[in-house]
Amino acid sequence: MFRDWKRDALLIVLFGLAYLAATLLISDSYYLLIATLIPIWALLALSWNILGGYMGFVSFGHAAFFGLGAYAVAMAEHHFGISPWFTIPGTAVLGAVAGVLIGYPTFRLQGHYFALAMLAYPLALLYIFEWMGYQEISIPMRREAPLAHMQFSDPRGYCVIAVALMLGAMLVSLVIERSRFGLALFAIRQDVRAAEAAGFDTRRWKMRAMAVSGMIAAVAGGLYVVIILVITPPSVFGLITSAQALILTLFGGAGTFWGPVIGAMTLVPAVELLHTHLGEILPGIQGVVLGLAIVAITLAAPGGIYWWARGRLGIRSTPLTLPAAVPAMPVGSGVATDSAAPILRVRGISKAFGGVHALRDADFDVLPNSILGIIGPNGAGKTTLFDVLNGFTKPDSGTVEYAGTVITGLRTNRIAAMGIGRTFQVARVFPEMTVAENVLTGAWSGATDVNEALARTVNALAFVNLTERAGAEAGALTNREVRLLEIARALAGRPRLLLLDETLAGLSRDDVTDVIAVVRRLPGAGITVVLIEHTMHAMLQTADRLLVLDHGKVLTTGLPNEVVKDPAVIEAYLGHKWMARHAEG
Amino acid sequence: MPSLETFLQSLVSGIMIGSVYGLMCIGLALIFGIMRVINFAQGEFLMLGMYAALFMIPAIASVMVGGSALMAILAALATAPLLYGLGYLLHAGMLRPLARVHAYAGEAKSQQAQFIITLGISIALQNACMVLFGSDVRSIRTPLSSTAWPLAIPFTEDGIIFLNQARAVTFVAGALFAAALHYLINATWLGKTLRATADNPLAATYMAIDIDRMHRIAFALGTAITGVAGALVALQYPFQPYVGLDFVIIMYTGVVLGGMGSIMGAFWGGMVIGIIQQCSTLILPIQLQNVAIFVVFIALLLIRPQGFFGRSAERA
Repeated sequence: MFRDWKRDALLIVLFGLAYLAATLLISDSYYLLIATLIPIWALLALSWNILGGYMGFVSFGHAAFFGLGAYAVAMAEHHFGISPWFTIPGTAVLGAVAGVLIGYPTFRLQGHYFALAMLAYPLALLYIFEWMGYQEISIPMRREAPLAHMQFSDPRGYCVIAVALMLGAMLVSLVIERSRFGLALFAIRQDVRAAEAAGFDTRRWKMRAMAVSGMIAAVAGGLYVVIILVITPPSVFGLITSAQALILTLFGGAGTFWGPVIGAMTLVPAVELLHTHLGEILPGIQGVVLGLAIVAITLAAPGGIYWWARGRLGIRSTPLTLPAAVPAMPVGSGVATDSAAPILRVRGISKAFGGVHALRDADFDVLPNSILGIIGPNGAGKTTLFDVLNGFTKPDSGTVEYAGTVITGLRTNRIAAMGIGRTFQVARVFPEMTVAENVLTGAWSGATDVNEALARTVNALAFVNLTERAGAEAGALTNREVRLLEIARALAGRPRLLLLDETLAGLSRDDVTDVIAVVRRLPGAGITVVLIEHTMHAMLQTADRLLVLDHGKVLTTGLPNEVVKDPAVIEAYLGHKWMARHAEG
Repeated sequence: MPSLETFLQSLVSGIMIGSVYGLMCIGLALIFGIMRVINFAQGEFLMLGMYAALFMIPAIASVMVGGSALMAILAALATAPLLYGLGYLLHAGMLRPLARVHAYAGEAKSQQAQFIITLGISIALQNACMVLFGSDVRSIRTPLSSTAWPLAIPFTEDGIIFLNQARAVTFVAGALFAAALHYLINATWLGKTLRATADNPLAATYMAIDIDRMHRIAFALGTAITGVAGALVALQYPFQPYVGLDFVIIMYTGVVLGGMGSIMGAFWGGMVIGIIQQCSTLILPIQLQNVAIFVVFIALLLIRPQGFFGRSAERA
């Protein structure tokens, strides 16, 4: 964990105890039922929050997990007399498995399409359970051994279990928020590709999030049926169940474990009381209120109650504290490089998008501890080349060999882990994270523990002279700082090869000098650099060798001063008319 | 193996119902294509169209004489302005103000907020109808739904399939409405401005097109079309306030199948879904005919992971 969590863990436990103490004051069994339903719906909302809040994948299908958990517990008790004491923990496994099975195909989609696809699962299950003849299933009374079957004479018994499970889910959420898990999810939410390039195996983290989320939702469903006793497919698999998970979270505040709990504590009692008191004359009134609640909060306080209140009270999250003194460590990988052999061999790389040949049979070597500049007119294939080198794009043919290993076809996060870092033409920092957290994402994908990750972060920030800006939000940086931050994030992964995609674009003259100074220091730290740049002037100051790309072909490579005099290069850059006119004059 | 007769019967039923599925898919595709917002309340607009027809058909029948086919089509037509007004108000009152709230949050976030607000509208509408109309299952009884034309299958001895008249009427009406929309989108000035808005909102603004107004028209038009489709489906499908859910996946699948941005593609997508749904009953129990559509939906997404939504490669 990279942030203090003990204070919040204590707060969570105190909150749970206070909640239970409050239920002691309630004697009416109906109100006790509501007091038990609140933590159950909070559980479901907490589960939704892991996917929808932390990772930013809105799901309309959490009823699938909830319903599976409910039906598993009900069917085991109904048919085989197996106690919920055994089956509720079992539903956690069931939920995780369902999460993986659902996640595998569905994570190929993003945004709206992910949300829509998720909708299909609970609805399909609803029809399937109806077709199987489970229009209604109930949990039989076990008068001979009620306690062994989780049946209490005092309804507070259920309440204690529900609150305990809710606390468990809150603590799980806390751990996620403060650990590498959460950092990966936040990074995915803000920019999936940047997260991959920073070295996170995003596919695996997504699956883990879905498994944990499914686990919690299924447990919520399992406990729900123990309390409600009778369920029907629409009551657990219906859209309103999924919608409730989403609405409670967004109403309370997504992306924090307090949000779902606040949402459940405000909306669940309101909805239940309305249903009981007005349900006779106005059936469906609770749905109207839920629907209008989400419309109102989206319009009035889009972040939900928690974030709105924090904004109102002026509470800011404490920025990540970096250790003051860290062991000195080279920013590069520290792996000794054979100075003669090329670190990167590119052979015959071709890539076409439809009819456009972005790269044709590109061949070149990159020598270690040097700066290779790649120039070429717009559309020459420069960024596509980087996309091939760092695994975003698979080439149609050819191979890339890095430090003696063929890396073509490997996934981006693997390539990043092997020591190839990159920055982007349009800078892709994580705007909602601080500078230090941004760099930490790059550090932690490869570090063995948090202390090493923090040390790498401190060193990388110092290398690019951003130490003072560590606590600033990345969304509020100047152009120069954003470019340096991207370099620092890549450096924190301790690369041997760094691909810088138009790092100097859009900078003022002074800023360019600043950034070039940082780039020039990289080979000395044992890092080989490949730099894409448009302006010849800056390139001549920076690169040791130049490579000219035109229409996807390598036109020439060589020392900067030779390359700029090459007639073929001048023609590619300035056109043959220019050549002709100046030849005459 | 099902006989030729039952297969043809299912196929014809599929085409009949497919026309009206196509129409509702157009409603969804229009809203998505132009606003880039997936409307969750689509099923509820359909449901409102069904209730509108329920009250409208007797009202129309009381003031004029004519065949029940005519009554049904008139009722469907009369639904359009009602739902157009509702769509117009929902956009002006909820979706448009939302755009202001999220003006600085970026396009993706603002679209997500709109998506979620349509979920709120959906839940509020279905339950408001529960309050207003109760949970009773309603159906519209016209002589149409209980009569059928027998059709002889060519090149067979005594093969015969039946054409339910209610289905035939919805087929013809659905196809006519779809054709009218095709004309509206492709051959009128309004259609041209709508398409320009869909293609590039910023460029459209430079051409003095009022984007807000175009979005409002698109949303209202999509709502109206879906309502009309609902009025037609109601002739042969019993309904209650939560009926929308039976149709949302049909609509989403049809739209994905047809190509997310394409409006007439959505019609053919809906048609294919109608055929798949009806033919699935040849091999699957009838309760699972919607599951067959879910399978098609998920399979579609698996085979084309980027979906049929156009841009697949993102530039780094």
